[in-house]
Amino acid sequence: MVGITSFGAYVPRLRLQRKAIVDAHVWADPGLAGKARGERSMCNWDEDSVTMGVEAARACLNSREAAPGGIYFASTSPPFADRQNAGIVAGALGLPEDMASVDITASQKAGTGALLQAIGAVSGGLYEEALVVASDKRLTKAASPGELAYGDGAAAMTIGSTNTLVDFLAAHSATVDFIDHFRGSGEDFDYSWEERWIRDEGLAKIVPPVIARALEKAGLQPGDVQHFVMASTIGRAVEGIARHSGISGDAVRDNLASVMGEAGTAQPMIMLLHALETSVRPGDNILVVSFGQGCDALVLRATERLADFASACGVVNALANRQEEANYQKFLAFNNLITLEKGMRAEKDDFKTALTVTYRKRDMLTGLIGGKCTQCGTLQFPRADICVNPQCRAQDTQEPHPFREEKASVLTWSADYLTYTADPPSHYGMITFANGGRFMTDFTDVNVGDIDVGMDVRMVFRIKSIDSLRGFVRYFWKACVVRPD
Amino acid sequence: MASGIKDKVAILGMGCSRFGERWDCGGEELMVEAFTEAIADAGIDVSEIDAAWFSTHFEDINVGKGGLPLSISLRLPNIAVTRVENFCASGSEAFRGAVYAVASGACDIALAVGVEKLKDTGYGGLPAGGGGTLNPQWAANGSAPGNFAQLASAYRAKHGVDRDDLKRAIGHISVKSHANGAKNPKAHLRKEITEEQVLNAPMIAEPLGLFDCCGVSDGAAAAIVTTPEIAKRLGRSNIVSVKALQLALSNGSEAGHNSWDGSYFHTTRIAAGKAYKEAGIDKPRDQVSMFECHDCFSITELVTMEDLQLSPEGGAIKDVMDGFYDADGQIPCQIDGGLKCFGHPIGASGIRMLYEMYLQLQGRAGERQLSNPSIGMTHNLGGSPMSNVAAVCIIGAYD
Repeated sequence: MVGITSFGAYVPRLRLQRKAIVDAHVWADPGLAGKARGERSMCNWDEDSVTMGVEAARACLNSREAAPGGIYFASTSPPFADRQNAGIVAGALGLPEDMASVDITASQKAGTGALLQAIGAVSGGLYEEALVVASDKRLTKAASPGELAYGDGAAAMTIGSTNTLVDFLAAHSATVDFIDHFRGSGEDFDYSWEERWIRDEGLAKIVPPVIARALEKAGLQPGDVQHFVMASTIGRAVEGIARHSGISGDAVRDNLASVMGEAGTAQPMIMLLHALETSVRPGDNILVVSFGQGCDALVLRATERLADFASACGVVNALANRQEEANYQKFLAFNNLITLEKGMRAEKDDFKTALTVTYRKRDMLTGLIGGKCTQCGTLQFPRADICVNPQCRAQDTQEPHPFREEKASVLTWSADYLTYTADPPSHYGMITFANGGRFMTDFTDVNVGDIDVGMDVRMVFRIKSIDSLRGFVRYFWKACVVRPD
Repeated sequence: MASGIKDKVAILGMGCSRFGERWDCGGEELMVEAFTEAIADAGIDVSEIDAAWFSTHFEDINVGKGGLPLSISLRLPNIAVTRVENFCASGSEAFRGAVYAVASGACDIALAVGVEKLKDTGYGGLPAGGGGTLNPQWAANGSAPGNFAQLASAYRAKHGVDRDDLKRAIGHISVKSHANGAKNPKAHLRKEITEEQVLNAPMIAEPLGLFDCCGVSDGAAAAIVTTPEIAKRLGRSNIVSVKALQLALSNGSEAGHNSWDGSYFHTTRIAAGKAYKEAGIDKPRDQVSMFECHDCFSITELVTMEDLQLSPEGGAIKDVMDGFYDADGQIPCQIDGGLKCFGHPIGASGIRMLYEMYLQLQGRAGERQLSNPSIGMTHNLGGSPMSNVAAVCIIGAYD
């Protein structure tokens, strides 16, 4: 049977305290006072939907050799409107180039849409296995409801037909141009209509028939659903749909609003994975629903294998890796929502990115692939014609070697207050890989005082710099301190 | 077997502009200022110069590319002018070109001029480096202080040095250079400072504070070289000759191979070893009278003292705290204030260092004059600890 064979999740480490947001705006909107509860996940300045998707997918694939036949990337906040975002993710994962890639976007149900497409492709024999990644970092206006309600995050799962953790039973969808919100092409922010209308005229009328039809296709009664996964920022709306559909109120899953907020197209998948990790038992039926100019409803059933499965990093671990952020100004700065004096050094223009070089060196820049000298065995980054080992110097002997998962530690470091970074001071230094190889790199997700010589680091795919003049995002790998669990 | 450069070339004249924030002039005028002093010192006419080497690092905020800026500013008589660029070691590179030209017999008299106009950027500190089409796509966006500060973390780890002890030692290095610079009328920074000021200064790149960083200055320096025979024929006595001139460049092994521990300059050790051999020096700590090192940052000076074999490995902190390198110590270092206080107009610095050693050897260093120095050494470094150009030059009395 086709189903989910592995999964992983990512939630950015920073958790903006909602109180910090409310404190900034309550002068203008006293009604916010009651919303100063919990926290929302918040990307570091160098994270976006692609980098989060890479981390979730890394956890899902967990360094295995076998590559999926296709990758589906779902997001309404992809960094590129015309450049295959899924292809960037695939490159960072070091997946082979002979695979299919698709971006699915423009609706909040793009995540379940990608999942359905992957299930269909595997069921139909198009690929043996597909990778689905959903990731969102939605930009919101300061003081908007979304600023409080949303969070950033990503989820990834592989779809296959053997060794499934969760089997796909049935699905049903509806396509209705119900415009609860929209974002025109080239616009930064959503424009939303009244919540009561969305709840009563949209959710309550469009979703239940789809659920009923999906359950019917699966041969299940509403009472058979043990876990009902549906995200909505509208209070009590999901409970109402459950009641209306005959699903037990106990089945309604926590939408994680208090600990991370709603991560757009990734949220149904994040909630599903959270359920799989925390409460789903083999044999349980799961209903996953998402809403966005229509509705998708998927009916799934956990297999015996789920009990023995542990993700390399699931939602539970991702949520546990957190650092409270009480400085709302930092959120505004990271999201370019405030006009900051960044100093003349920020004007530095590395000129346009030479796309010829980006392509020629794509395995190095996106996949962190260096070289291994077949003569002396020395690992080195970057790969070069002549071996870096002064005792070797062999020519044309290097085979590609990925450094993404190599163990590394700090050799030298500094915290630099002079050079421009969106999050000063800029931490960078030389890292050495335990099996050989080294390079000078940026440290990310780091606080002053965190770094010292000898500390273990792991490599993460992040934004290197943003060419705002031309709208280009450069990615590369940075080092992140390995924190004890 | 090459015989080396020792005593084949003499310095006929040198000049150096006043360093500092020269809002009053551009690179063109600075070159004239340094050259005017040098040619007067040499006692020759401009028509007697056979060829020139010209060093600058930056192009877009400076005088531009090529050899023309020098040729035009000095109205040189249509001679060959070669522009050289080798990061902060560019000045030593220009000097090397002129010296080699004379030593080869191709020229009787050659000129080396270095200049940098840095204060037309609109902000403090050096402009960001980088360049190329691949580097900006993966190299850390570091600054000079951040790159050199890396040394401190590795040096501390290697030698088990407490942060405060290191901070105090590198602080003393800056206090010493300020005391020296205060006596130099051409220096950029001429105020003495206290250890307390150094330790309490704003942090630039951990652990380097403001006073651990050298001045960013405008300036130019010039050298006119010839053979000792021609110098004598021109009536010169008290001749200063070149004893050694060595350059060592990183080949990527520090940056890419795990054999380097990050706490020292691999290239400086190589260049110094070759220079001592070329000059016939086998006990540097006893034989070198004085030196100018590339103290772009206080930590650079500290580790360089060991790389030049003047302090034992791990022993520089003790020597510094004992005053070994102070003006009244055994080997005065940065007697002119160094990059720290004389200033660091990149393309000029290597020649500026030689200027001070030359004045000292000729007994013309005024208030800073040391008693009877016989061997002066300069160490001029470009790049960053993991990837750099190290130049070591030794000059002394021509026997």
